[in-house]
This record gives sequence, C-alpha cells and structure tokens, in this order.
Amino acid sequence: MKYLVCISKVPDTTTKITFSDNDTKFNESGVQFIVNPYDEWYALVRALELKEKFGGSVTIINVGGADCDPILRKALAIGADDAVRINTNDSDAYNVANQISNFAKENAFDVILTGKETINYNGAQVGGMIAAILDYPYVSQASKLEMEGNTATIDRDIQGGTEVISVDAPFVLSAAKGLAEQRIPNMRGIMAARTKPLKVVEPIDSENLTSVISYSLPAEKGQVKLIDPENTDELVNLLHNEAKVI
Amino acid sequence: MSVLIFADSFNGKIVKSAHEAVSYGSKIAKDKGTDAVVLTYGDIAEAELADLGKNGADKVLHCSSLNQMLPNNLLKLAEEAVASTNADIVIFSFDNTGKTIAPMLSAKLKAGLVPGVIDFPSSYEPFTIKKNVFSGKAFAEYTISTPTKIISLLPNSVPVNQVGAAAAVEAFNPNLADSRISIKEVKAKGGDGQILLAEAELVVSAGRGMKGPENWGIVEEIAKELGAGTACSRPVADIGWRPHHEHVGQTGFAIRPNLYIAIGISGAIQHLAGVNGSKVIVVINKDPEAPFFKAADYGIVGDAFEVLPRLLESVKKFKAAS
Ligand SMILES: Cc1cc2nc3c(=O)[nH]c(=O)nc-3n(C[C@H](O)[C@H](O)[C@H](O)COP(=O)(O)OP(=O)(O)OC[C@H]3O[C@@H](n4cnc5c(N)ncnc54)[C@H](O)[C@@H]3O)c2cc1C
Ligand SMILES: Nc1ncnc2c1ncn2[C@@H]1O[C@H](COP(=O)(O)O)[C@@H](O)[C@H]1O
Repeated sequence: MKYLVCISKVPDTTTKITFSDNDTKFNESGVQFIVNPYDEWYALVRALELKEKFGGSVTIINVGGADCDPILRKALAIGADDAVRINTNDSDAYNVANQISNFAKENAFDVILTGKETINYNGAQVGGMIAAILDYPYVSQASKLEMEGNTATIDRDIQGGTEVISVDAPFVLSAAKGLAEQRIPNMRGIMAARTKPLKVVEPIDSENLTSVISYSLPAEKGQVKLIDPENTDELVNLLHNEAKVI
Repeated sequence: MSVLIFADSFNGKIVKSAHEAVSYGSKIAKDKGTDAVVLTYGDIAEAELADLGKNGADKVLHCSSLNQMLPNNLLKLAEEAVASTNADIVIFSFDNTGKTIAPMLSAKLKAGLVPGVIDFPSSYEPFTIKKNVFSGKAFAEYTISTPTKIISLLPNSVPVNQVGAAAAVEAFNPNLADSRISIKEVKAKGGDGQILLAEAELVVSAGRGMKGPENWGIVEEIAKELGAGTACSRPVADIGWRPHHEHVGQTGFAIRPNLYIAIGISGAIQHLAGVNGSKVIVVINKDPEAPFFKAADYGIVGDAFEVLPRLLESVKKFKAAS
C-alpha cells in the first residue's frame, strides 16, 4: 500500500494567541511550531504501523512555505519515507485540498490520511475536500484502522457511538484520537531524517473560496466570585438567580 | 433562491443541533426574503418532520431511501437538493455529519465553506461571518467570495425558535447508488437518556484531582440531578479513568455549554481552549492558585471530597423546590 499523510504546521498548544497588523495577521513572533497533533500522533503513526506490518511506503505532504520544512523533518524522523512540500500559501482549505489532490492523482496513492482537524483553524475540512475532488470514498473521524489486502475496516466516531465501516482502497480517512499512540522520534530517526528526500513542488493554479479579514480575542473574564466551601446552597442560588443557567 | 439546511437525526428524532441550525437558517432566509428548506434523511416520523416548521422551516425534503451516514451518498443527496431548491446558502451543523459532508459539498460545488461559525453573518455583501479559531482561543471574521455559500454552525451558538406552524413535508428520494462504503456494525455507547456532550447545556467535568475512577460516582450523581452531561480532562481519559469521548480541550471536544463545572482540573491552556466558550464557568479546586480560577465566574476553594457531597445535597434541595 502507498500511504499519503497530510501534515500541517500549527502553533504549539501552549501558545498565547496574539495578532498583528491591525488584527489581520496571527503574530508568529516567539511562537514555537509543531506538527498538528492529529496528523502526527494518529494519522502518521498508524500509516507507519501498517507499513511496518504489511510493507509499502509512507509519503508525507504539506502545502506551505519553507518555514514548514522543520516540521516535515520531524515527521520524517518519526519514520516517514519521503516528504513533499507544495510551495504555496495555505490560507484557503480548498486551495490546499486541490494541491494535495493533484499530487495524489499523479502518484496513485492507496490511502490518504489527514488529521480530523487542525488545532489552529479547526476546519475539519481538507480531508473531505480531497475525497470529493478525487471522487474517493471518505471516512471521517476514524479511531481504528485495520487493513486486509485492499480492504480496510475502520471504526468511525458518530454521535452517541461508533460505527464499523468497510471500504476498499483507494479512500481518504481523517484521523481521530485512538487510531494510534504518539511516537517519540529517537536519535537514529533524527539522523536518518536529515538525508531523507524532501521534494519541493510548485503549485498548480487554483482559486481561493474564502479569506480571513480580521481576528479578535474573547472578552476577558471579570474577577471570579469566590464562595465559601461550606455554603454550596449559595452557589446553587447564584447559578439560578444571578447567572440564570439552572 | 433559497436557504437549504441539512438536519441530522438520531434514533428517529431530529437532534438539538439541527433544531438550532433550522432556527438559524430560517432567520437568514427571512433576512434575504427567501424560503428555508430543510433536507433530512432516515427513518423519521412525518409529525417530527412537520414540527420543524416551528423552528421556521417552510418546507422539509425527506429522503427515506437512505438511513445510514454514508458520506458519498449523502454528498449526492445534498448536491441534488441544492440543484432542486436553487439554494445559494447551505447550512450544516458543525457535528460529525456536518464535518463530513459540508467540505465534500464545498469542493464539489466550488462553493466556499466556513466551518464552525458561532453567529449570524455580520454582512451579506460581502458575505462575512465569524468563527472560532485556535481551538476557542480566538475568533476570525471570514468572507466567502463564491456565489453559493456553505456554513456549518457550532452547536449551542444560537437559541432554538418556537414560532412557526407545521412545515410541508415532501419525499425526496433521488438515485444515490454508491456502494463503496458499507457499515458493518453500529456500537452505541451509554444507555438511553444519555446526554450527548456536544449538545449538553450543562456539563459537569472532573480531572486528576478526583484521584481515581472509583470516585466518579458523586460527579455522575451531580450531573444526573442537574440533567447535565459529563466530561473530563485529557490525562483522565488517557489513563482510562473515563472514556475518550468525554475528553474536552484542544485535542478533545470543544464544547460551549451554558454552564461548565470543573472539579479538580488545574485549567491548563489546552484544557481551557476547549471549554472557554462556556457561558458560565464554576471551578472547584483545593489550590487557590490553580490557573482555572482566572477563567472562572464562580469558584470554590476547597477539597472536592468535602465540597461535592454538600453540593449534591444543595442541588437536590434546589430541584425539589423548583
Ligand atoms: C499537545 C497537548 C495537548 C493537550 N490537550 C489537552 C486537552 O485537550 N484537554 C486537556 O484537559 N488537557 C490537555 N493537555 C494536558 C494539559 O496540559 C494538562 O496536563 C491537563 O489538562 C491537566 O489535567 P488535570 O487538570 O486533570 O490534572 P492536573 O494538572 O494534575 O490538575 C489536578 C488539579 O486538581 C486539583 N486537586 C487535587 N486534589 C484535589 C481535591 N481533593 N479537591 C479539589 N481539587 C483537587 C489540583 O489542585 C490541580 O489543580 C494537553 C497537553 C499537551 C502537551
Ligand atoms: N497546509 C496543509 N498541508 C497539508 N495538509 C494539511 C494542510 N492543512 C490541513 N491539512 C490536513 O487536513 C487536516 C484537516 O485540516 P483542517 O481542514 O484545516 O482542519 C489536517 O489535520 C491535515 O492533515
């Protein structure tokens, strides 16, 4: 099987979010970037496990600028075979999906994995868009993936439960918690990653369907109202009469 | 032109987030002077469908030939419905189904999608709308530049209308043949009457401060008395004290209930990211320096093992009196 894992660059989860240029840009100064957790912990690791068990290859792909190369090296250190970066701005999900789909079509991958969402834009959309562009079946929010020959058995999270799905490759899957366990790269992996291929590809023409015009932060909370631990009646009273939530 | 709203169901009932989406979509239809048409599928009684009129729907298209969430078939269903209603605004809920189908439809129609919006459009020309970004740590205003616009609405963002009369229900069964995905088994979790976390208006959540899974009984009892859903911090789900579907935060579910009670949770930035959209936050923690107090409306500094039994009694007393 040829696996293609889509990797996005996101700010570290502890980042304090601020904006610049009149609140039109995310302020990257001093921000540490990581591989989106859903892409790294679940999609990439499960693809590697399946490759280790049955053979095949794991290619990672990113749509972005040269600033994404360090996170691609990190994913190579975890074990991916090679990396591709499509050298264009990733501000619109449809554009990202179009670029990835074009590459996937030319290189005939069997399974395309994305994370269920990025932790910066929380779109949960790139995987579904790739599936629609390529006209592949789409299984979203997968928490378990087994392959037998060309056929995959997948657990999918649904409202109030789980569904067990059967689908033949090629297909697109978005990875949720449970699909695999996080892997920490070891020294050998890190050394090997330095010489693994990272190919930079120029983008195809594609339009943007949406754009961000400004950002804002939630209003600061006022001072917390402390209640005597002996007086839980008072808390219930405040929730009913003041906050009016119960 | 029309506004098309995709409404999901669970066990034959239209789900709460779909009632919100229909209320939301019908307000937009009214602003634009067009009809609000609902698209739904599965085994749902006619009366339940007609009832969507109360949320403002003018018409309900019902596909009864499909009763499973099969993404490629549902994509075709949505495409057919957009064509037949001439919809220029399509609305989904930002739940599992909406997260699956809306992006597929967006790419198929080349219609811009803004997923997870939290408010009405601030302008129709250009079409501008607000969504959560950075897992709830910030908001962004997006514009959609294509003639057809798709949005998905974050649950618990708008109230449900109860205004209109019964809606007209029409059978809508286009040919959806696509057998590439099949569902072999459905495993339900929890019993009947379980409150789905994504829909819960009240949530009681606990963290590592509870010391072990055997101490969760009182958390569940308080939740049950209040009619609340239960949630937990990530380490608690990771060590298996609680099921994964209760894990909230940046790498778990993002929720925005009216009330979030956090017990024995420190309030790490990754936890806050998934819950700070909650309207009111109560924190119970024995450490007065716990960062969560900075994000709280009400706080109790105390030992959960002493406070919770008292809180349960107070809630019981309140429920008995109301
Ligand atoms: C990449 C990444 C992603 C993450 N994503 C998430 C996420 O999505 N969700 C999430 O929750 N975390 C997430 N985390 C973990 C997060 O950083 C914290 O470690 C976690 O939220 C802490 O959980 P906790 O508050 O239950 O435990 P602790 O931090 O151990 O806090 C326990 C709290 O309980 C209090 N306490 C102890 N005993 C009592 C008592 N008897 N009565 C009352 N209070 C008591 C303590 O004072 C303390 O404040 C993530 C971390 C990383 C690195
Ligand atoms: N710029 C990108 N390059 C490669 N993959 C991406 C990019 N953006 C998003 N993805 C993939 O799509 C998933 C969902 O992203 P999103 O739709 O932005 O929430 C991510 O988890 C990644 O796997």
